[in-house]
Order: sequence, then C-alpha cells, then structure tokens
Amino acid sequence: MPKVIAQRRLVPNLHLIEIEAPETARAARPGQFVILMSDAKGERIPLSIADWDAERGTVTSVFLVLGSATRKLSQLSAGDEIPVFVGPLGRPSEIGEFGTVVLAAGCYGIGALWPTARALREAGNRVITLLDVKASYLLYWNDRYRKVSAKLHIASRDPGVGGGEYIAARIGEIARVEKIDRVMTVGCTAMMRSVAEATKPLGIKTIVSLNPIMVDGTGMCGACRCTAEGRTQFACVDGPDFDGHTVDWDELFLRRKSYFDEEIQSLCRWEKENLP
Amino acid sequence: MADKPIELSPELQKRLREEFVKEWRQALRKDPPARERTKILRQPMPQRGAGERSRDFREVNCGLSAEAALAEARRCLDCAKPGCVSGCPVSIDIPSFIKLIEKGEFIAAAFKIKETNALPAICGRVCPQESQCEAVCNLKKAAGIPVAIGNLERFAADYERNAGEVALPALPPPTGRRVAIIGAGPAGLTAAGELAKKGHAVTVFEALHEPGGVLIYGIPEFRLPKAILKAEVEYLKRLGVEIRYNFVVGKTATMDDLRAAGYEAFFIGTGAGLPNFMKIPGENLVGVYSANEYLTRVNLMRAYNFPEYDTPVFRAKNAAVIGGGNVAMDGVRTARRLGAERAMIIYRRSRHEMPAREEEVGHAEEEGIEFHFLTVPIRYDGDETGRLKSMTCLRMELGEPDASGRRRPVPVPGSEFTTPIDLAVVAIGQSPNPLLLATMPGLKVGKWGTIEVDPATMASSLPGVYAGGDITRGGATVILAMGDARTAAASIDAYLKS
Repeated sequence: MPKVIAQRRLVPNLHLIEIEAPETARAARPGQFVILMSDAKGERIPLSIADWDAERGTVTSVFLVLGSATRKLSQLSAGDEIPVFVGPLGRPSEIGEFGTVVLAAGCYGIGALWPTARALREAGNRVITLLDVKASYLLYWNDRYRKVSAKLHIASRDPGVGGGEYIAARIGEIARVEKIDRVMTVGCTAMMRSVAEATKPLGIKTIVSLNPIMVDGTGMCGACRCTAEGRTQFACVDGPDFDGHTVDWDELFLRRKSYFDEEIQSLCRWEKENLP
Repeated sequence: MADKPIELSPELQKRLREEFVKEWRQALRKDPPARERTKILRQPMPQRGAGERSRDFREVNCGLSAEAALAEARRCLDCAKPGCVSGCPVSIDIPSFIKLIEKGEFIAAAFKIKETNALPAICGRVCPQESQCEAVCNLKKAAGIPVAIGNLERFAADYERNAGEVALPALPPPTGRRVAIIGAGPAGLTAAGELAKKGHAVTVFEALHEPGGVLIYGIPEFRLPKAILKAEVEYLKRLGVEIRYNFVVGKTATMDDLRAAGYEAFFIGTGAGLPNFMKIPGENLVGVYSANEYLTRVNLMRAYNFPEYDTPVFRAKNAAVIGGGNVAMDGVRTARRLGAERAMIIYRRSRHEMPAREEEVGHAEEEGIEFHFLTVPIRYDGDETGRLKSMTCLRMELGEPDASGRRRPVPVPGSEFTTPIDLAVVAIGQSPNPLLLATMPGLKVGKWGTIEVDPATMASSLPGVYAGGDITRGGATVILAMGDARTAAASIDAYLKS
C-alpha cells in the first residue's frame, strides 16, 4: 500500500501530505490531481497535486481539513500506509507561451497552482501571482511564488498583509495598468467564480480548476459531471481545467453540497470517537 | 432468447469423447436409465424470503444442498452429443463435471470446471445460463426443463471452497516472460489465471483499490458476495498472479512505459466504464446518479454501511431506475434495500424486450419493485436547493422493429405525466472507457469506441496487444468477457512462444 512520507500542518486547517508513489511522481504534470483514501472504511477524495519529486518518488498535496475524510488524513504520520493513492489523474493544465499570466490562488489552491506557476515561468511567461488569504497567519509558500513571479500580490481582509479587498478586485486593478493574456485560478469555488466573473467583462481568458465530488476519478461514474463549455463534462477526465466563463457555477455549488447533511453526520461521529 | 451455439473445435470434441467413453461414465449412464432421469423434477434454488432479504444486502440465493445437487445431477442424460458445451462461452466440459457430482466427487467436479474456467463460483451466480448452456441442453428438448447447470456449477465451486484450501493445478516451470493485464475485471482476472497456468509472470494493473472490476463495483453483495470474489482472487494469487492496485495505465504509466519495464505482451480488459446519460433537462440535479456511481458507492465503497463507512449515498423514499437490463435490476433492488418505499423500473419498451435475466426480474417482482413499461423520462425537476423532486415521463407504444429486431418504442402524443421521486438512477448502458485508448496511437478503434480485434485470436492492431470483454464488445456479459480472455490468453501464450 502507498506509504505516507510526511503529513504536517502548513497553516491552521491547511495540511500538506507527501506520499511515496514513484510512478505517479514520474508522470505528474501541472494541474493534475490524485485520488486518495485514508483507511479501508474511508472515502475516495480528489486532491490537486501541489508538488512532486521524481527522484525521491514522492507526490505532495495540500488539503483543507474540512470533513471526516480530510480529518482522518490530517491524523496520518510518516510511515503510515493508505489503501488508495492513485494518479496523476485529469488532463494537465495547458502550459504555453501566453505572455502575461495572472495566477489567482487561495486556500489549498496556493499549493495546487504552484506546479503551474513554475511551469509557466519556465515556458517564458511573465507570471503575476495573487494570493488570497483571510489573515496573515494563513499565508504559505509565498517565498516559492516570489521566485517565479514578476510581481506577487496578496489580497486579504487582514489589514496587516493586504489592502482589505478580495482577490477579484485586485485583478481589475492589475488589468487597468497592464495587459493580461490569461488568468488561471485555483481555490475555493466561490473565489474561482468571483475571479471568472471579474475577468469576463474584461475579455481575459480565465482557466479554472473545478473541484466537484468524485469517486473513481477515471470517468467511470460521472459523479463529477458539471456544465462547462456548453455541455455536460466529467471534471475527472475532461478537466479539471475549464474555461471559467462557461461554467455553470450554481450547478457546481449545488452538486458539491450533495451530501452536506451526511458530511456533518460523518464528522460528528468521527469527533465523538476520536476527540477527548 | 438463446445465444448462438459455439462450434466445438476438433480437439474439444476429442476431449469430450474421451471422457464420455470412460468406464465409470458408461456405468453411471445406465443406472438410472434416461427415461427415469427425465422424470426427476428440477431442484429449486433455495432462497431467502422476499420480505427479509429486501431489507439487507446478504445473498438472495442460498445454494443447493448436497442432496439436491445429487438429484439435479441425476437429471443430466450425459448425452453423446451434449448441447450444453456448445452454449458455454468458455467451453466447460459440462457433462463431465455434472457426472462427477452425481458420483459424489464434488471436489473433482470443481476441478473439472476449473480446467477451463478459473472463476466458477462467480459464473455459477451471474452467468445467464438460460440463454447459454441451459438453452441448448438436450433435456430441455426432451422434457421441457433443462438441467440447472448454473446451480450445479455454483454448488461444486462453493463445496470446494468451503472444504478448505483449494488445490492448485500442477504449474509448469516459469517461462520468465512477463505479461501485463490492464484491468482486474472478469476478463483481466481470467486472462491472468490462464497465463499464470502457462508459467508466465503476470501482473494485473487495476485502477481501483480492490479487484473484480464490475464484479466488485457493479454487481451487488446480494447477488455476488464479496467474500466469494475475494476467494477466487486469492486462488489466482496462489497461481502466482500479481495485482497492482491504484494504477491507471495511460495515466500512472503508459503502455510504452510498461514495455520499457520488460512486459512483452498485453491484455486490455478495461471494460465499458463510461456511463451513458439521456441528455435530458435536469439530469445534473442532485439525486440523479449514473448506475455506475450509485452501485459503486454502495458496492465498492459500502455506502449501505454509512456512517460506519465514510462514503454516503442517498436513501430515497421514491426511487426510479431508468432501464431494463441487469444493471437496472441491481440498481432498483439496491434502492429497495436502502429503504425506498416505491422502487420503480422505468423502461421504454415492454416486458418482452427487457434484456434483464428472468431470474433477476422475478426476484425484483417478489421484492415489491414496480415496473413501468413503455415509459420514458423526458425531464427531471428539482426543488429550490437543486435536489431532485419529480420526473416527467412520456408513455410509449411499440412500432416497427428496429435494427436489434425489437419493436421500436414511439411516444404517445399527449401522454406526459409527472411523478414525485427523490432518486433517479440512469441505467441505460455504458460505453467503453476511452481513457487508456486515447494514449495509444495506432490502436484501431471502432465506431462505438471499442478496440477492434480479430475474434479468432483477440489480437488488436498493435503487435503483442490483445483485448477482450466489454472494451471490445461495448457492453455484454461477464462470461463472454471470460471467453474472450481465454482466447486471448491462448494467443498470448502462442505469441510469447513464437
């Protein structure tokens, strides 16, 4: 079974997990994801790939601790084995010579967008990075982004680190002073939607990485179907990247909340059994 | 509806004949004589009562007792020209195994089946015998009701498994040749077993975390207990088969990567894992599932044990399953077991055209499933939270026969009606999963996304690459997949030796 190399808290509620998976580490490309499951009674959940090391044969993801599946992941330690770790899944992000690319990331997306940032820079793009954090103590990996970004902005409601605004407003500000050829955004659904809505009237192509519920991750079940580019698509095999201006966001929000009640039930059960 | 009988090869005919003329067989044939055998009634399959079983996931059929199996075996006339063998996609020597049961040698009977079928406990449960071996049983012609070949196959396999460790056949010395099998479903597992028995080093690459393919994610516990599948896979492992889970060939590694890693021949058995939807309004509402998702959550992920298991599934009050095949029956009977007060089959043709097995339809009826024939959904509607609340359907009538020979359903104008439902499961078929194929340039793919193969060898257009099961057929049965896999395994063996 796949082995945990490291599992630790990056910032409150956001954890990093590194798994030994030599083949996946060799095959991984920016924008792809893995599916994992913490234990035999767990749930298969998709996590974006935040980094990999082909030589060491490891793959890293950053995840938000939210329900029981991620709570269980956050309890793992180096040396533990997990029954499911499969990938890389999904189509890789398109990496081209676009010119100036704005990367807008928040939450787990700061980790998830990192391989894309690195690859875009290597492909000769001018990378402007926008990190959205609620408060200063939730910021991570900004040092990594600084190395590949021409500019690094932080949007935050914490006056200590940002100007108090949301990320979408910052894109408008950047667009007023320079030409943006493409925007790529990864993070919570509300943030991606607000970015896509901000760039639509500006006519800037905006790629979003959708995060619906998945089961197998290979196109077999259709749990992840979403409407984008005018038709129903399976995010696991047709995505996860889509043109953000064509996504039916309301549908995605509703489908993501399919099991809201069950998630609470499951989490309460876990807490009752595991917390003192 | 019987499938087309398969022509028996001269070698097979010779083998059958050799067994047929053995002394013990000759003696057994005479006692009792055929006319007495035809008088014995078919032994019914004992099953759990519908009221009890429709509230849990334990197996419906209980299996024949040894006495019943002996009586059933006595019904077999041991024909000089057995029809049954030509009805079996994997050419099991059916008369020999049944006569071994009649003789009381149950383990020898299981061994006889396993000469040609590595997974008899599974086939005995899920094969459509009524359209295969039993359809061409000579007793059916003579007395109207065929020998219960499937029930006997199940009996022999279960007896052997329950008797302790299953004996392995003599294995040849390792050849040192490596074969990669893509997919641990019925086709892949069969090919793996056959090739391991030839001494090749076999690795099965499986995307999921448990073996079985459709046998684990699709067919429910109440038809095929997971413990049976587990035991059959253990047997393959003891034959030397290695299974790599969490490995999506085409993603985790390509076929070229595997070739570079030393695999010399390949069998693709990736199945028909792409669910079809009807593309009608409301199909993406919360509460509308593909049959694949619904069954995967319940079977592979054990959602029926939520919250002990983390994966949830909706427990509906009014469930509608769209379709008339075995998958639809599995879906609707699952919804019933998860507490649905109304569990309905919505099928666009009439009962006569339904592709599901008669046994499954009968079980479903006993369990209180409602059948709505000549009905097709045209729209789903949701409440303000996006959850499914109703389905609007049209009534159909049967028109002229279509390409399949079945009468084509045509809508009745003005027949629209709306029914409240909180679960819809779309079970209108699957297409071949394109994930791997898209990464294999040069592979010849047919109109429906299936791999094109030479049916005599199951060879694809790429050298050393063979395929079988639903990835070549588009959507068929477990046993046909296993038949393809046997053919492919023989070809791969020949390819490696050439």
